[in-house]
Amino acid sequence: MLAHAIFFYFFSFVAIISAIMVTVSKNTVHSVFFLILDFISISCLFIMIGAEFLGMIMLIVYVGAVAVLFLFVVMMLNVAQQKNQWFKSSDTSTHIPIGLIVSLIIFFELIIVIGGWKYKPDIIENFSDSLISSSTNTHTIGSVLYTEYIHLFQISGMILLVAMIGAIVLTFRKREGVKRQNYFSQISREKNQGVELVEVKSNEGVKIDV
Amino acid sequence: MIVWLDRRIWAFVQKRRGPNVVGPFGLFQTLADALKYIFKEIIIPASSNKIIFILAPIVTMTLALIAWAVIPFSENYVLADINVGILYIFAISSLGVYGIIMGGWASNSKYPFLGSIRSAAQMVSYEVSIGVIIINVLLCVGSLNLSDIVLAQEKIWFVIPLFPMFVIFFISSLAETNRPPFDLPEAEAELVAGYQTEYSGMMYAMFWLGEYANILLMCALGSILFLGGWLAPMDTPFFEMVPPPAWLILKILFLFVLFALIKAIVPRYRYDQLMRLGWKVFLPFSLIWVVLTSGYLLYFDLLPVY
Repeated sequence: MLAHAIFFYFFSFVAIISAIMVTVSKNTVHSVFFLILDFISISCLFIMIGAEFLGMIMLIVYVGAVAVLFLFVVMMLNVAQQKNQWFKSSDTSTHIPIGLIVSLIIFFELIIVIGGWKYKPDIIENFSDSLISSSTNTHTIGSVLYTEYIHLFQISGMILLVAMIGAIVLTFRKREGVKRQNYFSQISREKNQGVELVEVKSNEGVKIDV
Repeated sequence: MIVWLDRRIWAFVQKRRGPNVVGPFGLFQTLADALKYIFKEIIIPASSNKIIFILAPIVTMTLALIAWAVIPFSENYVLADINVGILYIFAISSLGVYGIIMGGWASNSKYPFLGSIRSAAQMVSYEVSIGVIIINVLLCVGSLNLSDIVLAQEKIWFVIPLFPMFVIFFISSLAETNRPPFDLPEAEAELVAGYQTEYSGMMYAMFWLGEYANILLMCALGSILFLGGWLAPMDTPFFEMVPPPAWLILKILFLFVLFALIKAIVPRYRYDQLMRLGWKVFLPFSLIWVVLTSGYLLYFDLLPVY
């Protein structure tokens, strides 16, 4: 049990410190790396409480895909210099109050959620009824997700699909004068379309560019 | 050993000799190379981001090695028999991108940066198709445990019913490990050596070892998912004399020889062709195959229900 506690505190400390470092560090790329560290330690915490499926999915989705794209964008845009300008210049300090408002809202939401546990303790017990069983974690999640919560599951899938299509529509534009490779026309080209046999008379030659 | 085998096969296909001087058949060539790397000076570029620069090869190497913890070599002969073994391997291999991105970015130089950006896009894209292929196998097994996956193939190896998936898995794992013909992150003609350009000495060797460990891991995953892991091809007494781990190692070596042969005989892809292959060919095809597999299993009532 002691080892369990030590690991728990280790991972939580890493999670909290890296979460602070995400916001504090000057270099944007460094903040993304700290964010990744945060994700990893949180998924370790998930695995420690026995939610191995959730932890692994967290690792695959957030660290393996989302954070890579984050890193990608941050590196490509080179925001490292811009961020310093934002906070140094005096006239563009409008995002700090907005950020404060958003973080306050999130803070109150968290308090409401935790308060819900306090005033309605049977919520957790109802959940843990289905969790305590002989089958594995993955099996339990699947049996709940595809029966009781099937509508929510489908709706969240639809929301993601709409977001994806919206992003594609926003960024898609047809540019003029771009040469594209048409595989079908390339493969279906015949010999007589590309090569021409010409009888060359001596001392006259052939005109190539007609 | 594996590097030596790789170089030998490559040489044989191209009618060269390959490494054959150091030791019997040149077997100690890799050791000699490793010694050379250890004694070389580690050069850290002045304009690089030093911590991340040093961290990158360490990350690559560590991630490549820790994934081996869940590979079952025979029944009950596995370091960590966790329930979500396949997800663990998938997660670790998707983390493998970071070593490359960190190395490319921290070098603060154009070629490594371009190489790492390329490899990030490539590995993320092919991860998707590998994930869908794994779903195919999992549908037939009904468990995420690697030992269960192997035991489900006692009647028939999944390579026979899911042969197209095996082919796509093989090609995707070539792309996932940045092997030729998909070695665009380190395309010599365009990018010098890609993300490894600024590395030298032991750090370069660590990248290199991590890469080969990753290739072997992908071979092991392929043999567990499709070639029946430690199971013998037939239930004859002669085959049963061979210990089960040897079968797994034989299968890994078989897949590795295929990897090496492909390196020697196939020309490198162009980058847009690579992306088209990943997103427009492999992904829809394997998605259709998921529908087919699940429909077949449902219709004939073969779904493994626990």
